[in-house]
Amino acid sequence: MNASKRLLIIGGLALGIWAMGFGLYYAVFIEHQTLDQIGSSLTSGFTFAAQRHLPEAHAALAASAQGTYVYVRQVDAHGHWIGLAMLLIVLGAAFDRVGFGERLRFILALGLFVGAVTFPLGVLLETLSRGFGPKFLAIAGSALIILSLAGVAAGFARASDP
Amino acid sequence: MPSRAQAVKGSAANFIPDRASFPPLGARRTFVIGGILLILAGMIFGDIFAVFVLNQNGARISESFSAATQAVAAGNVTGVSRAFQNIGERLENRGTKVDAHVHMIGFGYLALMLALLQPVVVLSEIAKKRLAWLFLAGSVLLPVGVFLIHYVGLADSPFAAIGWASIFADLGGLFVFVAGIGEFAGLWRYGRSRTHPAAADEFSRDKRWSSCALLTGGALLVLIGFLHGAYYAGFHLYASEAKDQALVSAMAIGAASNQPVIAAQALHDYDHLQVAQAVNIAVHSHIIEFGILAILLGLFQPYVFLSERWKRIWAVLLLLGSFILPFFVFMELRWGLLAGGIADVGGLLVVIALFGMLTGILRNIGRLDAADEVAR
Repeated sequence: MNASKRLLIIGGLALGIWAMGFGLYYAVFIEHQTLDQIGSSLTSGFTFAAQRHLPEAHAALAASAQGTYVYVRQVDAHGHWIGLAMLLIVLGAAFDRVGFGERLRFILALGLFVGAVTFPLGVLLETLSRGFGPKFLAIAGSALIILSLAGVAAGFARASDP
Repeated sequence: MPSRAQAVKGSAANFIPDRASFPPLGARRTFVIGGILLILAGMIFGDIFAVFVLNQNGARISESFSAATQAVAAGNVTGVSRAFQNIGERLENRGTKVDAHVHMIGFGYLALMLALLQPVVVLSEIAKKRLAWLFLAGSVLLPVGVFLIHYVGLADSPFAAIGWASIFADLGGLFVFVAGIGEFAGLWRYGRSRTHPAAADEFSRDKRWSSCALLTGGALLVLIGFLHGAYYAGFHLYASEAKDQALVSAMAIGAASNQPVIAAQALHDYDHLQVAQAVNIAVHSHIIEFGILAILLGLFQPYVFLSERWKRIWAVLLLLGSFILPFFVFMELRWGLLAGGIADVGGLLVVIALFGMLTGILRNIGRLDAADEVAR
């Protein structure tokens, strides 16, 4: 097994195990509490509005929106890590069919792996900071994946028999 | 134009798997056939769900939000509580069906990936077969259990918060987990062993057009999915979240401030926003999943015992459907039900192509087994 293929398959398996571990921890310790908080804040917001307690209603609805913001990114990070791990393993299985030299194939594999780690990490870090850093990490990671995937698609097309 | 027999013979010039790599009732066959059947079942269920449940359920959630807004205007706290209880039930109904659809297809992909790995799983064939059946049993039990959660509820359950359907769904998850551990142990033994030769990578040998088209098309579909996701996240996600919060506030505060027109308009806009968000998420996830499916099927083309002409037809049909479905789901925002109907046709094309390829795999099994009978 050459280095590019090994990087994708072993990297994909490692990323998948990490994502499953994160998902398990998240489901047991965070998800239900977050969902309860979102639901109860939303209900409280409307209940306060019905009682004409408008400042409290605003605060409860804002808390619900903040909870949703965090929840969406946590689930996105988990889902993207798992999905990208699967993509890395599948591409790893097919990587001999990319019609480039091993050096370029390794660069593409490295781009895919680094992007698959950093893009969801940036999304997850957005729950801690709304600054530029996490956004940059997510954008750079997704750009790496997009560029590498374009290279892989070109490599598959190049390897076809007429 | 070559005859059918010549085409089949010609296809053998590249690679035709032998019986040793695809033994009768072996783990690999079980995973390949089970995986494709799971994906087919998941897709057909998804189509039924989209046509008969999704839109109706969305309309009822909207009605419940309207009821909550009216209860706020009337100062009726009990009414608010009842409306949100209804919303919770509708969301559970939708969520369990989406989960069943997603898990069935996800397990189908996993089964195909495990089939790819079988040559490097160092276990006895009996153990591998048992793991394959355990995996498939869990892959059926989990989505069926999740689907039934909404209908069974807590009836006759020994637990306060978990019903029988959840218990069986969790049991299915446990089956899959145990099978996964077993497969991982087999892989670990392969990695540790110095006596096992490197497994022949038979999938690398097939460079026919059908296989390469599926690999290239699959990679392009995943690429398009990523470009769409990046565009949506970059230009719409934050604005959509801010609008979501503003509209929910306008519904509640508008109703409380005796401004029913503002509250009604906010509810109307909120419905549209929810549809737009759901459509964009569906486009992103479907196009990437179809891309991964195409890559996996590109690798399995050596096992599809059909002439290259038919393999090309199924490959083109699958890629066409994989593009039509997400594209026309996206166009639903502009063209409504017409686009939804065309998207369903795209899904049907993928289902037909999968059936076609499955037929080829079953023919391959028949051919291998018949050759074995003759040899005996």
